[in-house]
Amino acid sequence: MNNTFSSAEKFSGYFQPTFETNLSVMKKTKVKHPFWVMVSKEISDQVTSWRFIVMILLIVLTCMGSLYTALGQFAKSSASVGSDSFFFLKLFTLSDGTLPPFIIFISFLAPLLGISLGFDAINSEYNRGTLSRILSQPIYRDYIINAKFMAALMVVSFLFFTLGLLVIGCGLIALGIPPSSDELFRILFYLIISIVYVAFWLNLSILFSVTFRQPATSALSGIAVWLFFSVFYNMIIELLAKGLAPRGMVTEQQIVNFQNGILNLMRLNPSQLFSDANITLLMPSVRSLGALTMSQVEGALPTPLPLGQSLLMVWPQVTGLIAGTILLFAISYYLFMRQEIRSR
Amino acid sequence: MSEIMVELVNLTKKYKSFTAVDQINLSVKKGEIFGFLGPNGAGKSTTILMMLGLTEPTEGKVEVCGINPTRYPIEVKRKVGYLPEDVGFYDNRTGLYNLVYTAMLNRIPEEEARKKALELFQLVGLEGVENKKAGQYSRGMRQRLGLADVLIKNPEMIILDEPTSGIDPQGVKSFLDLILRLRKEQGLTILFSSHNLHQVEQVCDAVGIFSKGKLIAAGDIPTLSKQVFNDETHSLEDVYNQFFEGGNQDE
Repeated sequence: MNNTFSSAEKFSGYFQPTFETNLSVMKKTKVKHPFWVMVSKEISDQVTSWRFIVMILLIVLTCMGSLYTALGQFAKSSASVGSDSFFFLKLFTLSDGTLPPFIIFISFLAPLLGISLGFDAINSEYNRGTLSRILSQPIYRDYIINAKFMAALMVVSFLFFTLGLLVIGCGLIALGIPPSSDELFRILFYLIISIVYVAFWLNLSILFSVTFRQPATSALSGIAVWLFFSVFYNMIIELLAKGLAPRGMVTEQQIVNFQNGILNLMRLNPSQLFSDANITLLMPSVRSLGALTMSQVEGALPTPLPLGQSLLMVWPQVTGLIAGTILLFAISYYLFMRQEIRSR
Repeated sequence: MSEIMVELVNLTKKYKSFTAVDQINLSVKKGEIFGFLGPNGAGKSTTILMMLGLTEPTEGKVEVCGINPTRYPIEVKRKVGYLPEDVGFYDNRTGLYNLVYTAMLNRIPEEEARKKALELFQLVGLEGVENKKAGQYSRGMRQRLGLADVLIKNPEMIILDEPTSGIDPQGVKSFLDLILRLRKEQGLTILFSSHNLHQVEQVCDAVGIFSKGKLIAAGDIPTLSKQVFNDETHSLEDVYNQFFEGGNQDE
């Protein structure tokens, strides 16, 4: 279980330090640790694979599209947009209705990216007959699954930071207004949470790759879960809500309780957690994620929240996502360590 | 020469109700080519997996190079090369890359690994295809690449699990010659598992005959012959047939 702990560290935004230790290991000693040998092979496998190139093209194209429409909106209604603070964050959230904004695209494509990076992690090694060969080398068995996860995570982190910084750069050029430090940190936290979200789906697909022998089965299962959560889950909850809605004479408090109950059910969906976190971070004017009674709202000033408060508000969501990610990794780790590896 | 490389005592492996390996006692001396002979599913591969610490024995003791592989698999795997049955390579990478990768997993620096790999390509007779993708190799070439892959970590002992299955007769002959040469030149201990009687007889100094999870006989061919027929002139084939006559009648 030592490992689960260290993966917790990996999630909470420790990507840079780990990468630096990698470099320093390479510099100091000539012999690279087998784990990093495996990680660098996995990274080069990922980066040169066709599916990764296709995914990148898809993501970059959609992001360019949404950035374009966001900038168009800026030009049209700069007067109204400019009047409020957090001008820069609008780059990520603004849309004219033809194309969804940046954050919607990312929350839609991130699971797909995670699934495509992990669905054949273990089973393809098994099917190629390389797993038993690698396992007969003097390395610990968990290196294999850890290296796969680490490599995919590093690729995703690199991709998302590049993408985020590119959007900031484009925004700078187009708008000519630099982001405030508050905005910059909000964007950075948003990127980190997106990486955690991809890691969640990555671990789900690694889990399927440990369980299913056929990569096609594992990919389809991953996509099925993704579709379930992105399309059907909310429909089911809405049906449920219709059936359970309080009727007749009800107090305001009852309605609020009901609303919050339904929202909590929605939050079993990882994409709901992710979008809660996004909205709070990128729209500082969001002051609550649930329903409030009139008495609670009374006297509140409609000012944007400071970064610390926004972070505090999404903390449960972020913790939930990280916990889910670790849980999935722990399950696949356990299953993989117990599997007997024979040749094909 | 009498140093013991492998020692198995009452080794047993059970999968739920099925006993794959049943009370095996065996020892392999240093520098010996030892054959595991027996039909498919007789427990040869499972025994090998336990010797590498890839699966845990239900009962009994294993010792390889004086180390318990169940508790210290890494140390054993550092000294023992294992060529699995139907070995796989990263098909989209060159043969050379596959070898260098294995070497680097054994903590050999990249430069040295590359040099060593090129030497091994010569040794196993694969010179000229180093930079071809492993996916384009023929079956026989893959087995040779597998042998090179096993040798790159400078092992004290190598375990070959059905290394000749699926190769044409000419390929088998040169593969076996290669094994004999390795033992002669490098003094390697070789464990050779096969269901092919003639191949085992050609190369092995001593043989263990497996059947239904049990080791029914072990020793060099004259000893086995004496054990069964009371004289040393019979071939391995005669011995083997004698053992499996009962088995054949069952079916």
